[in-house]
Amino acid sequence: MPPNSTSSPSFDVNRWRAEFPYLDVNVAGRPVIYLDNGASTQKPRVVIDRMAELAAHEYANVHRGIHELSNRATAAYDAARTRSAKFLNAPQEECIIFTRGTTESINLVANTWGEAHIQPGDTILLTEMEHHSNLIPWQQLAQRKRAIVKYVPVMENGEGIDPDVVSRMLRDRPKIFAFPHISNTMAITTPAAMYCAMARAEEVVTLIDGAQSAAHIPVDVKEIGCDFLACSAHKMCGPTGLGLLYGRFELLESMPPWQFGGEMVDRVDFTGAKFRPPPARFEAGTPAIIETAGLHAAMDFIDGVGLEAIRDHAEALAEKAASALRKLPGVRVFGPRESRAHLVTFTIDGVHAHDIVFFCNDRGIALRAGHHCAQPLMRKLGAPASARASFHLYNTEAEVDALTHALQEAIEFFCK
Amino acid sequence: MNSDELYQEVLLQHSRRPKNHGPLANPTHRADGYNALCGDEITVEVRLSKGTAEAVHFQASACAICTASASIMTCEAIGLTEAEVVALANSFRKLATDGVSDSETSHRSALEVMGTIHRFPQRVKCATLPWEALTAALREGAIE
Repeated sequence: MPPNSTSSPSFDVNRWRAEFPYLDVNVAGRPVIYLDNGASTQKPRVVIDRMAELAAHEYANVHRGIHELSNRATAAYDAARTRSAKFLNAPQEECIIFTRGTTESINLVANTWGEAHIQPGDTILLTEMEHHSNLIPWQQLAQRKRAIVKYVPVMENGEGIDPDVVSRMLRDRPKIFAFPHISNTMAITTPAAMYCAMARAEEVVTLIDGAQSAAHIPVDVKEIGCDFLACSAHKMCGPTGLGLLYGRFELLESMPPWQFGGEMVDRVDFTGAKFRPPPARFEAGTPAIIETAGLHAAMDFIDGVGLEAIRDHAEALAEKAASALRKLPGVRVFGPRESRAHLVTFTIDGVHAHDIVFFCNDRGIALRAGHHCAQPLMRKLGAPASARASFHLYNTEAEVDALTHALQEAIEFFCK
Repeated sequence: MNSDELYQEVLLQHSRRPKNHGPLANPTHRADGYNALCGDEITVEVRLSKGTAEAVHFQASACAICTASASIMTCEAIGLTEAEVVALANSFRKLATDGVSDSETSHRSALEVMGTIHRFPQRVKCATLPWEALTAALREGAIE
């Protein structure tokens, strides 16, 4: 293996790139360099084809038809739940609720578990690294319930949060501890299993924002020991409009429904309704049938590539990018010195993030600019706007080199 | 079409060495602007004297387009009455959004550089943000 090679020899990136039609798109005269995976991931052909196939030959509404097409759609829908349970290593498929995405999954917990269990004066514990979607639902719940939101502070050295501080704050017995599995700005993978064990010892319920971890690293809810985990299909090489909520079944059973309609009821009369057990209780209305089949295909694809290989590949690319960027003048790289997750957030002195990303787009490179839906954190870090490159299984070392070169050019262009 | 067409030299000069940048002494009006898409933040301060903008300053953590637009705006707005500033801001919005000059903007050569912004829709907000902050300052930003 050459000294600068980042991937393991067994990981054949070109083999997997061939599965992604987005690489047919040329920007600036070459296949687009897509480094915005933190925002959303590209779709392999098998996912696109599977959704088209279901829409063409297996489509009707689910769980209500007695006809052939409904039977086919229902079989596909139920199989996707079983597959999702296997993907997250959930103990039973009834622990998996289909939602619209991570945001809706977290809102569901805040509006059902939260409504049932949070009392005035209770504490909800978060971290300063939260994405807005794991922040605002809790702030709103706290306002409704006159509860208190506390935050585990981010350390000034960029290494994330301090486990000792987590331990101390858990000993104060908050009702729930919600935290990101991977921070979408700090590039930190939290020791989720350790935090959940600490929380369990204090009888604190845990929710993990898995938006950046699912399909990027192995996620095993049994091993982690969390009570809830939320993730989005579109960040797992699957379709938009679909997400998962894993919940421990005993907790799901104790939670009231929050949206009402078809699918989620047993008997209905003019005075009321009896609700079905989880997961149906939390899936009112016609679900995203075509998309669940797409997610099923995405999970098959991801497992076929191998999650450990994907993690190692993307983390190596992020580390290579971080090292290269640190050598450029005026560049500040956020996040840990070691064990970087699959992304790099950075600023350049004298060049605003919006200009960096605009400039890179002309060179065929897709980055993210802004606050990454983490405004309070970015303000604390003194960088209300930053740029972010985030990597997945189809990215290459050559793409990291192209990024580094483009940023070098940007510095010369804007700072001359 | 690439960014070189947008980042013309005159624009880069304004963004690197903006005019009327920094806090203003004794402002009478002030407002903030924020672009959630990219994180541009700007504060515009005005000192009105007998209905005329005697001084206009801005402070920003913003991209080159926003900073340059703010710099040019402060130069153009000084000496105008409140009503003239609002009229020019409306015309500027048309220039930035559609590339259309009118009687307010056509004779102001400093604004020419903003005539290409409309071809980059994701940058239009960067250019108009300072003007929005300026009109907000005059309308509802009176300092007690």
